[in-house]
Amino acid sequence: MIRIQARTEPSSLMKVASPLLAIVLTLIFGCILFSAIGKSPSQALHVLLIAPLADSYNIGEMFVKMGPLLLCAVGLSLCYRANMWNIGAEGQLLAGALGGSAMALYFIDSESAFALPITLLAGVASGMIWAAIPTFLKLRFNSNLILTTIMFNYIALYLLIWAVHGPLRDPQGFGFPESAMFADSTLLPTLFESSRIHLGVAFSVVSAFIAWFILSKSHLGFQIRVFGSDEPAARYAGFSSKKLSWFVMLFAGALAGLAGVSETTGPIGQLVPNVSPGYGYSAIIVAYLGRLHPLGAILAAVFMAVLYMGGDLAQIEMGIPVAVVSMFQGVLLFFLLACDFFINNRLTLSNQATN
Amino acid sequence: MKKHNLVSRLELVNITKQYPGCLANDNISITLMPGEIHALLGENGAGKSTLVKTIYGVVAPDKGDIIWDGKEVNIKSPSIARDLGIGMVFQHFSLFETLTVSQNIELCLSKTQLNKIGDLAARITQLSEEYGLNVNPSRYVHSLSIGERQRVEIMRCLVQSVKLLILDEPTSVLTPQEVSGLFGVLRTLSEEGCSILFISHKLHEVTEICHKATILRGGKVVETCVPNEETPASIAKMMVGDLAEQDAGYAKREGTKRAFNVENLSLPAKQPFGTSLKNINFELKSGEILGIAGVAGNGQDELMAIISGEDERNVKNSLSLGSLDIGHLHAGERRKLGMAYVPEERLGRGAVPDMSLTENTLLTHSDGFVKKGLVEWQSIKEYTSALIAKYKVKCHGEFSEAKSLSGGNLQKFIMGREIGQSPQVLICAHPTWGVDVGAALAIHQALLELRDQGAAILLISEDIDELFLLADRMAAVCDGHLSPVVRTEATNIDQIGQWMAGTFINNSSLHTQEAKA
Repeated sequence: MIRIQARTEPSSLMKVASPLLAIVLTLIFGCILFSAIGKSPSQALHVLLIAPLADSYNIGEMFVKMGPLLLCAVGLSLCYRANMWNIGAEGQLLAGALGGSAMALYFIDSESAFALPITLLAGVASGMIWAAIPTFLKLRFNSNLILTTIMFNYIALYLLIWAVHGPLRDPQGFGFPESAMFADSTLLPTLFESSRIHLGVAFSVVSAFIAWFILSKSHLGFQIRVFGSDEPAARYAGFSSKKLSWFVMLFAGALAGLAGVSETTGPIGQLVPNVSPGYGYSAIIVAYLGRLHPLGAILAAVFMAVLYMGGDLAQIEMGIPVAVVSMFQGVLLFFLLACDFFINNRLTLSNQATN
Repeated sequence: MKKHNLVSRLELVNITKQYPGCLANDNISITLMPGEIHALLGENGAGKSTLVKTIYGVVAPDKGDIIWDGKEVNIKSPSIARDLGIGMVFQHFSLFETLTVSQNIELCLSKTQLNKIGDLAARITQLSEEYGLNVNPSRYVHSLSIGERQRVEIMRCLVQSVKLLILDEPTSVLTPQEVSGLFGVLRTLSEEGCSILFISHKLHEVTEICHKATILRGGKVVETCVPNEETPASIAKMMVGDLAEQDAGYAKREGTKRAFNVENLSLPAKQPFGTSLKNINFELKSGEILGIAGVAGNGQDELMAIISGEDERNVKNSLSLGSLDIGHLHAGERRKLGMAYVPEERLGRGAVPDMSLTENTLLTHSDGFVKKGLVEWQSIKEYTSALIAKYKVKCHGEFSEAKSLSGGNLQKFIMGREIGQSPQVLICAHPTWGVDVGAALAIHQALLELRDQGAAILLISEDIDELFLLADRMAAVCDGHLSPVVRTEATNIDQIGQWMAGTFINNSSLHTQEAKA
């Protein structure tokens, strides 16, 4: 008989192996799924996972998608380390896109060198404000952070839609719900001639290293780690949970806001209703896939970006619905949580004799 | 002890149990006769609990035989053990607080047993009178004192007509009066032929009540003796192995100026079954140890939490450090002002289990190790190594995770860490609970040294002997009230024991704990 037995101590092998195992299981699930809808599994997996890395254009596009995923995931990793269950990266990203775009439109006729930095700062500030409200509600009224951050995702989305239909709509846009194209002075420069990889992608990698530095070298980061691993000890040591909560939430809000404003001033170049294909939600999976480690998040963000790219390619080349990507993400998180169970537990074969 | 016959009740033959990295039981053989009260002694990690769990069917031995009433048996589970007539009272009780006594007892009986008993409540009342247990079957468990709960656990074994009762450190939670009540019950049981296996750290209890004692060290039986032919000191020597230093009497000191003050502190309980603090007043002086005695759950945890600031409620004007009001400050600010704490719970509160000792040093000791917000890991590492050496903490090194240390060693580490910050006021809860004799001695000496350097120490403990040994002044808590504070030399165990039971409270509405005569 197979029994589940608690491990005496968590398996360090499983901590690393769990995300890999989850990816393999997700791919197996994918094969079954593709067979079921009459597509060749090997071709589908090739398009989903290999094609995005096949040529330099695709690789460039993959990095463009990695940027916002990584920015959000780094912030979320810190939040989750501190037991702050922030599900609001999507809303903070949209708030950043909205605030940043409003500023970019203010500079529409400007050629000032300060236009771009101020636009980016506006995006960052908007993301922080969007993170600050649920944080305040939690600390002041003990409201449930998960619920309020999700609610704020919807509020941000509808605010943004209202803005592109109303005050920020391009007067010469024939009534399309879009803003005017931003001036060159507020567009993020690209890093390479031939691809759309922009400064925001560089920000994301830098942010991962900054977060890693904070966690491993600073006293604040140490306090966050203690909070995440043993809350009674943090209270005993007298670490201020308020201060830490504010820090991680504002940090995450700032990064998500930066992700949003980088999208509108980078690859998109204007404010549109669908700024994000759910980057803020996928970043939750990225954070966990990266084991809540900022540097692990880089690898996980690359993987998730490949999946996004592959989803687009699969739709174009094989007519596979793009919903497959969301499904893959969901299944991946499912398997990841299931595999994580075996960090603290194991299966044992038992019979009467060994008992 | 009457020998009813010559067949032994329980015989363990060459029991061996290997855990990964540790031989917990190494060829242990013990014989228990009917009616014998047998002490199982040893330091932490000597293999007592593994052995007891083997008898109760929780742990399967790798080798060895168990012979019960002359027949070899294979005890595969606790239910088989119970069917044989083995009952066990664990150190931490397993009772449902929201159920009554008889409901709790009913839960662990099988249908056939229940049918055989018939009216359970009547049976409980009858047994209660027979053994003087004083257990009312219709009372809810949450309204019972710790001593009463323990009697419910014993009752649970009696109902199943027990032939061997195993007690794991039964007296650590009782007042002295309750202890003598318990011993009365055990003697009656013994005279009726029930064997008792008694695990304890308190050697004078062993010499008082036990017929035989087996001493374990490192998983082996090192000695068997007849306790009333020995002294506590000679038994302690057998346990520790070498001629370890013994705690002798220490000189008492008078404190100097007031270091810490609690004034009119009243606080409702946060948890449903917590204890409210009721108008607590005391003064703690520099250079003294103030001991607070009490049975667990009488407000000690609540008092500690509000003093440390972990309970974040504002008690302005009730707590002061020197001349400074600190009741409104949070825990971190109080630490910065020179307060330090040794909590009861070592792993999970006093130390982060998954972090190294170096990181656990930084947990409360950041002074001088953090420059411009950045941690100077190298200097903390060196400091931690020195700390480990100074307090003789047994571990692989400063990189060892806190959870890899034994309780006593981790406690020495925590104690060293807190003392290393030269606190003005140290609040210390149950510093030697579950700690072996050698480590306890080291901890006692560290506390006294800190006192002699002029620190004020508040010592909260359930171990009344320890309090008499260390404290310069003493008080007791009961149900959230604090007794008067007296000089240790001016009081005795009887008086403190009565205070622990609440005799100092002039309030008829109060539920006091019945101390069984």
